[in-house]
Amino acid sequence: MLVFRPPTLGSMTVTAPAPFSEVTRSESSLRTFLHGLPGVDAVGADARAAMLGTRSIKTTSKAWALDLAIRMVDLTTLEGQDTPAKVRALAAKARRPDPADPGCPSVAALCVYPDMVPAAVAALAGSGVHVASVATAFPSGRASTAVKLADVRDAVAGGADEIDMVIDRGAFLSGRYAQVHDEIVATRAACGSAHLKVILETGELGTYDNVRRASWLAMLAGADFVKTSTGKVSPASTLPVTLVMLEACRDFRDATGRQVGMKSAGGIRTSKDAIKYLVLVNETAGDDWLDPAWFRFGASSLLNDLLMQRQTMASGQYSGPDYVTLD
Amino acid sequence: MPFEYAPAPESRAVVDLRPSYGLFVDGEFTAGSGTFTTVNPATEEVLAEVAEAGPADVDRAVAAARRAFGPWSALPARERGKYLFRIARILQERSRELAVLESLDNGKPIRESRDVDIPLAAAYFFYYAGWADKLGYAGLGPDPRPLGVAGQVIPWNFPLLMLSWKIAPALATGNTVVLKPAETTPLTALLFAEICRQADLPPGVVNIVTGAGATGQALVSHPGIDKIAFTGSTEVGKQIARSVAGTSKKVTLELGGKAANIVFDDAPMDQAVEGIVNGIFFNQGHVCCAGSRLLVQESAYDEVLERLKRRLGTLRLGDPLDKNTDVGAINSAAQLDRIRELSDAGDAEGAERWSPPCALPDRGFWFPPTVFTGVTQAHRIAREEVFGPVLSVLTFRTPAEAVEKANNTPYGLSAGVWSDKGSRALWTASKLRAGVVWQNTFNRFDPASPFGGFKESGYGREGGRHGLEAYLDV
Repeated sequence: MLVFRPPTLGSMTVTAPAPFSEVTRSESSLRTFLHGLPGVDAVGADARAAMLGTRSIKTTSKAWALDLAIRMVDLTTLEGQDTPAKVRALAAKARRPDPADPGCPSVAALCVYPDMVPAAVAALAGSGVHVASVATAFPSGRASTAVKLADVRDAVAGGADEIDMVIDRGAFLSGRYAQVHDEIVATRAACGSAHLKVILETGELGTYDNVRRASWLAMLAGADFVKTSTGKVSPASTLPVTLVMLEACRDFRDATGRQVGMKSAGGIRTSKDAIKYLVLVNETAGDDWLDPAWFRFGASSLLNDLLMQRQTMASGQYSGPDYVTLD
Repeated sequence: MPFEYAPAPESRAVVDLRPSYGLFVDGEFTAGSGTFTTVNPATEEVLAEVAEAGPADVDRAVAAARRAFGPWSALPARERGKYLFRIARILQERSRELAVLESLDNGKPIRESRDVDIPLAAAYFFYYAGWADKLGYAGLGPDPRPLGVAGQVIPWNFPLLMLSWKIAPALATGNTVVLKPAETTPLTALLFAEICRQADLPPGVVNIVTGAGATGQALVSHPGIDKIAFTGSTEVGKQIARSVAGTSKKVTLELGGKAANIVFDDAPMDQAVEGIVNGIFFNQGHVCCAGSRLLVQESAYDEVLERLKRRLGTLRLGDPLDKNTDVGAINSAAQLDRIRELSDAGDAEGAERWSPPCALPDRGFWFPPTVFTGVTQAHRIAREEVFGPVLSVLTFRTPAEAVEKANNTPYGLSAGVWSDKGSRALWTASKLRAGVVWQNTFNRFDPASPFGGFKESGYGREGGRHGLEAYLDV
């Protein structure tokens, strides 16, 4: 597998993975490439996602899917009112989502704002649960590149394993693709060994064609993950948007040999929804992506529903919201 | 670790299968002149014994329809509409029962009978219920009159849906009907007869006679019939056309097809692949308007084939009642033989056969999703209707060549055009000699849209305002 890593910060002449090394050379070559990607028929994409939403996942496959979904959760708190105490409480939940059941797996990561990273790192030490931090003037991204990169370095210095950046949607929508590209490259460099998730904020991109282009742009620039949304804009993640992004991830790996992960964030609240996403992953990108290393849910309330369904499957009866913890 | 979907069968308990079924004549279930059995094609299990209608039974049914015609056509139109609305609502209320029964008798996946066949059947009744008291505004004159008794013969691929295409417009316009369902799929039509009783439809307005070809022949050649509506093979359609020559019977025929699905290199590729799959593997390819000839622009050929094959690897073939099944059983042993014979001809003529790895059940009638590449216009699989899950792939270089190849068939029922360039799609559609042209979609049906063929695919239109004309004296 060809692993692409952009060069260090300061150098903007970055070569994309073969066979796309020429694509990112100039603004015009990037535009030509992105606009040459096959279009997305919105009616067809919606219909395909809706059809996959009718899959009936029961009994053993449901139990398997619930555990996998729990392991894929980026448990998230991104509020102005966040405190270290709140983050510690959530960290405890991330380690042991169901205190009554030691067999219940941990979540993938805890996702916080940069200033909460040290608290999260301390609370999760030795647990295997990653600390993810949003950065780059999340959620709007409306700051200078220097400020955004400082934001990233701050989170990385605090010990974040994963950085969730936002793209400059204004630049993207006005066609300044090279600017968006170079900012992702610079952010990638500032991440060091931390994984980079690139948030497209699909709710602001307007069309599935744009979602596909933005996905490719992020992958060409070195994203480890592409991610739908900040969760602060409606609509956030939807099944068809995730379908289009998964198709891009699949096609990108076919072309370059490099696998990029996918994170659906915002608006996924129930186990039923989560399982629809897993079906979508399974039948679009394939089971190589059915792993917390390659697919994530950005969510807060989803975890409790997964736990309730898990308890229901184990005991045969529905317990109710008082039997899961509120953190 | 792969994501295995555990079996998720829809319950059969919702269906109350009787050991034997009679003919539905004059509002009553009656015995016929003989019996035959109908089997579940997925298991070869006998589902029920069904009465076979002989000429005398057909005669009784036509006489009942004739007696009912006077009072039915004299009803205030809004009252006729009320009956149709009532039937439509009962179809919705009993949709699970109808879907399970359809899948049992036909072999189609429950996902399709539940999400396509039954909802659409109800939609056609709702649509034509709305027309019943507005016929004066259909552009067919101020007070168009019904024809009388309609003899209707329908195929086995969409049993209840084809019934609704026939009965809903006939009743809305004030005609009465004698309908013959296909001998391999009579059960939902007989459940529909029960629904007519539940809706208090006056006796004789709808009569259902079951049987094979001889029953159908007795029906269409009956002198008491004013109108014939047939959906089925081109061969039988020609026989019907011959038999009514010199009579006053009006005829509409919806026959076979060999539709071209044209994919240009500027198509929305992922959706085009879905459309190819939906075009030929929907309902196991038992679709008269199936996109059985894929015409791909040479510049996109490799990409389309690679994506198509990968996608076919995810199709789930098996138990039609499993909610996750995509491809069900072939409807009958006879149809399976036909599919095998034509596929073997494809091999013999030098086309290359490909199927995804897919285990077929031991019992029942099954054929894997199959793609033939290297097909030319001269091959039998490019010219004859297979009526099964068999796709023939051909290529073209220019839009003009695509149109030429697409039209180079005796059929002309449907076609598909895949391109994100509006002007190219519209140019292509305007040149295609096919009754339905879908752009960037395939096999989409709507009660408001007329459906019918060019050339040997038949004549007359069903659906929409146009569908009224076939049942009115205009």
